[in-house]
Amino acid sequence: MEALSPTMEEGRLVKWLKNEGDQIKNGDVLAEVETDKAVMELVARGEGVLRKRLANEGDSAPVGALLGVVAAPDEDISALVNSSAPKAAAADTTQQPVGKPADAGEVIARAKEFEGVTSVPAAPAQSQGEASTPPQERERRGPQRIDTGAHHAEASATGNGETAPSGRPRSSPLARRMASERGVDLGSVRGSGPGGRIIKRDIEQAPVAAATPAAAPAPAQRPPRVGDYQDIPLTQMRKTIAKRLVESIGPIPTFYLTAEFDMTHVAELRDEMIKRGAEYKVSFNDILIKATATALAQHPEVNAHWIGDAIRQFNRVHVGMAVAVEEGLITPVIFDANEKSLSEISAEARELAGRARDRRLKPEEYMGATFSISNLGMFGIDQFTAIINPPEAGILAIGAMEEKPIVEDGELVIRKRLRVTMSCDHRVIDGATGAKFLQTLRRMIENPLMLVF
Amino acid sequence: MTIMTYRDALNQALREELKRDESVFLMGEEVAEYNGAYKVSRGLLDEFGPKRIVDTPITELGFAGVGVGAAMVGLRPVIEFMTWNFALLATDQVVNAAAKMSYMSNGQFPMPMVFRGPNGAALQLAAQHSQAWDSWYAHIPGLKVVSPGTPADAKGLLKAAIRDNNPVIVLEGEMLYNTKGEVDENPDLIVPIGKAELKREGDKCTIVTYGKMVLVALKAADQLAKEGVNVDVLDLRTIRPMDIDAIANSVAKTNRAVVVEEGWEMCGVGAQVVDFIQRECFDDLDAPVVRVHQADVPMPYAKNLEKLAKPDTAKTVAAVKRVMYLGD
Repeated sequence: MEALSPTMEEGRLVKWLKNEGDQIKNGDVLAEVETDKAVMELVARGEGVLRKRLANEGDSAPVGALLGVVAAPDEDISALVNSSAPKAAAADTTQQPVGKPADAGEVIARAKEFEGVTSVPAAPAQSQGEASTPPQERERRGPQRIDTGAHHAEASATGNGETAPSGRPRSSPLARRMASERGVDLGSVRGSGPGGRIIKRDIEQAPVAAATPAAAPAPAQRPPRVGDYQDIPLTQMRKTIAKRLVESIGPIPTFYLTAEFDMTHVAELRDEMIKRGAEYKVSFNDILIKATATALAQHPEVNAHWIGDAIRQFNRVHVGMAVAVEEGLITPVIFDANEKSLSEISAEARELAGRARDRRLKPEEYMGATFSISNLGMFGIDQFTAIINPPEAGILAIGAMEEKPIVEDGELVIRKRLRVTMSCDHRVIDGATGAKFLQTLRRMIENPLMLVF
Repeated sequence: MTIMTYRDALNQALREELKRDESVFLMGEEVAEYNGAYKVSRGLLDEFGPKRIVDTPITELGFAGVGVGAAMVGLRPVIEFMTWNFALLATDQVVNAAAKMSYMSNGQFPMPMVFRGPNGAALQLAAQHSQAWDSWYAHIPGLKVVSPGTPADAKGLLKAAIRDNNPVIVLEGEMLYNTKGEVDENPDLIVPIGKAELKREGDKCTIVTYGKMVLVALKAADQLAKEGVNVDVLDLRTIRPMDIDAIANSVAKTNRAVVVEEGWEMCGVGAQVVDFIQRECFDDLDAPVVRVHQADVPMPYAKNLEKLAKPDTAKTVAAVKRVMYLGD
């Protein structure tokens, strides 16, 4: 069972697409597998004959379990087939027994090591090094000797540029943080600390390598480009806000902002377009996605993720839209929504929602949103609060549009009104920040000509 | 502001709180007729009488228990241990009764009481009477633990401890009683429990310390300043609850830290401080944190060996230089 989505722990074999005895080529689709999110294709990673189908259609199996055997026609596969039998019977427990004895062994080994050190304090083995020297021993070497726990590294220092056993240059956590903030390549810096450790002063003196940005984790589908986002280091105030609020409402300290928009002009716009032909028909939802994306592009502080040690503000706008499916919901993403025309958004939204309902979305199609929208207006919900999809910092909940009596210039008039509620992660978005975003969104919605500005 | 000794600052705190609240009383060995083994309670018997200033037999477990009982019925006892080294026998009352009473009675019995006395080593009192118990009490949920290093903090923290509705351990210092400092005589002033104080400001390194070691750290800072190394000296003042924000703020500025404590290394308060630092300030650290502490041996009686075993200014200076990567 292959891990077909990043969060997949178990999959259900929906359907075999090959029979025993079939010739298999690299890339052939062997079976359909239902993950936690979608139905995916299980693809052959080699060639041979499908000798044995071990899993039955409808069976669930943990990632890593044996589903079948592809081998040369005359290869002996009996050992493989036999070994898989108990695995299938107790799918959930197969991983556990492997881990436990090893852990216990490790604990025992550590205990022995400790015992060895304490029971012979007078003559510590030379090879143990200073890090494991008992405190008594350290004191005996003289009161001026103060252990840093890092002697073994420092003692071996011979010069600059020394690397750790892993091959990367030694560096202090602060130096690493500063290097990533400044775009300094650690490999190009000579460390002046013990053992060649790169420390703060080395980074301060290092030239900034403009063209060597740190490789970013890939958001799906479109390869990231330089400058897709900035990580804003947390100020002490930001840290305190985050810490305190999480104690109060955790793990995501959410607050809610509700606004009622006048939809008169949006409705006019839509009517005018429909008049010109069915091919120009877009939904209110499409217009809301477009308006939200455009507003997000102007408010990177809302178009952001909370990544624990920083706030990641995106320069591209990927809007997730919650789609109800039979067993739950999924949020396909309209990438670069701010740069797409209404017709593109409309077509893409319809297509994604359709495939979401059929559970035919690929992981890269429902991951990587920078902000999300949830619309329950079609169910006649006046207003509601949506739950943030971490690490995103906000989600917009859209209620039903309805005609209401409104006082305008002292006159009672009837207007189409829409209530939206934004859920905000307070660690990232403050009240006024969210309010300003909604202000921009209101300007877009109430004057949709702003969308072409 | 008046210059006074740590001893008199404690005396003033007791006098003011005894006056302020009739439910406060002081009890312990020699606190009344003899005016206190270290004269902290001088004059209090004359002023407040034998019902408020109570001499006890040499029975630490007994009078600690009487204190717990008194707190249960609404009084605010201040229990003096002649030293915390003698309080070992009373630990059951402190840890199992005082610290747990409010919790186990679902708040029906609050424990507004104070256990106080000198902690750690003085001079040549040998292995059994030279021990710092900070980490023992700081380990226990239900207790607050304060350890003032200056007369002003001694007064302010003892007053805060007496007014607190939880059992508070006040760790004083025999070697501190004669030290002098400025003290505000305003009887309404307290030092809040749980707040550290930056006793000296620098930018190169943070020395985190408390209690008796504050003076040691300040002396070390003076010496280092002469060599151009200006350090923050952060006095925790309260060990539990610990002012993590103050530690994080200072380390975020200096990127380096040394933790100085009077007691032993193993599971000491300094280990907890280092844990907070590595967790809260990992990306701020430019060097490993170093600890200064007592040698891992029972305190020697011999004067020369005792001196070698104790943490001191020279060791603190050396530790700061080590985290600064300054060769010696």
